[in-house]
Amino acid sequence: MSALTVRGLRKSFGGLHVTRDVNLNVEPGERRLIIGPNGAGKTTLFNQITGEITPNAGSIHLFGQDITQAPTRRRAHLGMARTYQIITLFGRNTIIHNVMLALLGLSQARWNPITNLRRERHLVERGREALDQVGLGHIAERPLSETSYGERRRVEIAMALVQKPKVLLLDEPFAGLSIDERQDVHRCLMAIPRDVTMVMIEHNMDVALEFADRITLLHFGQVIVEGTRSQVVEDPRTREVYLGD
Amino acid sequence: MIARIAALAVAFVALVTVPYWVPGIYYVNVASQILFYAVFALGLNVLVGYGGLTSLGHAGLFGIAAYATAYMLQIGFGHGTAIVTALIAGVASTALYAMLSLRSTGIGFIMITLALGEILWGLAYRWISLTGGDNGINVSSRPAPFGFSLANANAFYYTTLVVFLLALGAVAVVARSPFGAALMGTRDQPRRMNALGYHVLAIRFWACLFSGLLTSVAGILFVYYTQFISPQTLSLTSSAEVLLMVIAGGPGTLLGPVVGAGLVVVVKSVVSGFIERWNFLLGAIFVAIVILMPEGLVPGTLRLWKRAFRKPQPRLPASAKTEKSP
Repeated sequence: MSALTVRGLRKSFGGLHVTRDVNLNVEPGERRLIIGPNGAGKTTLFNQITGEITPNAGSIHLFGQDITQAPTRRRAHLGMARTYQIITLFGRNTIIHNVMLALLGLSQARWNPITNLRRERHLVERGREALDQVGLGHIAERPLSETSYGERRRVEIAMALVQKPKVLLLDEPFAGLSIDERQDVHRCLMAIPRDVTMVMIEHNMDVALEFADRITLLHFGQVIVEGTRSQVVEDPRTREVYLGD
Repeated sequence: MIARIAALAVAFVALVTVPYWVPGIYYVNVASQILFYAVFALGLNVLVGYGGLTSLGHAGLFGIAAYATAYMLQIGFGHGTAIVTALIAGVASTALYAMLSLRSTGIGFIMITLALGEILWGLAYRWISLTGGDNGINVSSRPAPFGFSLANANAFYYTTLVVFLLALGAVAVVARSPFGAALMGTRDQPRRMNALGYHVLAIRFWACLFSGLLTSVAGILFVYYTQFISPQTLSLTSSAEVLLMVIAGGPGTLLGPVVGAGLVVVVKSVVSGFIERWNFLLGAIFVAIVILMPEGLVPGTLRLWKRAFRKPQPRLPASAKTEKSP
């Protein structure tokens, strides 16, 4: 059974067709890279997979379960997590608070109006473990406003990982990072175990190609090439619309 | 931490001894007003400060609880029944109000709450058989729980103080709880919260109910204090006034709404005795707050305090700066 199956997905904004009959089949444990020029519809595809945008037609299955009509929050409970291209964190809070919010999202404790959140020991410990995993455990109590861009990217990854997702969608996790920061994030991603299926949008081909098992090239909302790394890179259509000569 | 506990202890002692150090009964009554308006502002702050939902119709909910109490007493029920009915009516109305207004956020939420508040104000004016119209409803007596009559100013003040402390404690507990964290998360990043698995609408709905409960409690205290309720209580001016209390004191803070309530009530009830154009003064104070402390009086004062007493940072020698640069 595939981890993520997208069939005939279509989405238009007025006369602008941003997703045209997209089919995607991601196997469990696979690392799938989605590439394409700006405006190809990569993030819109992610937004449809996570339920933030409703498709006009088509279906989405997560481990065989039809989630096309499921709300975004339900998909998170079913094992789907994502990071955003534009970092979307809770800037007034500390790093650990951000990660604890991610943990709470899947816990019944989120409805608890009585106990002190900081006294929820198991949440604090699990949050710290996730931060250790991305190398931020030593600054867990630091306010997010005092962190670098690269650290925030890693906080996003920690928030996704702490939810123990089955499918993790990463939207340009290397965007805007320095070389050092890129290496830090790269290390975090490579350390994620194979029981997590990962789909990543990325423009940085050096790091992305190393990551990917298979690659899908989107152009004007359509899948035009799909295959292994070498198949896609060598395909003339890839060179024509994306890589150049 | 010690300074904080000491400040809280001083504030608590000051509140408990109010009837002994204020110049007269009038000022005890002013203190009671500050406290029940603080409960009202705390209720609104749950939505405005913690939930990021600015309501301009909360006076309607406040008025429903007040009218329900007065009406139940008028038709012959006892105080206990009147209070319980008012709480149920207040919270049930809030549920309806939330179902209608939470369809939107931002300016849409403001406009829907404003419209709902105006509808309730209109009903209070026109549904004369129920509300007495412009004449309002008189409340002939205050309750006397366990033989402790609230008829005199001091007894009423202490009762209001107990209710206020309970409300303050409840808001403090909820704000630090997982639910409070979730509510503040929906204020800051609703889209992200949804992707993390939170039911944003349900969180906001429960926050509305909590806000409505506190607002209803304040409405009941109000009607027992004034022993009269009229449509004026539900007006847009009343909604704006309590919103200004929250904004002036500091939305999203525990003590901000209390300080805001104190400011507005003192200017309205005390300063107005000395200055004819007290509205002008209140407006000038709000403008000054917005310019000098846009985050509100409580966080603004804390910021200035920290700046004034901050330890000076040691200057790095020029050579150290050079070494740091690439």
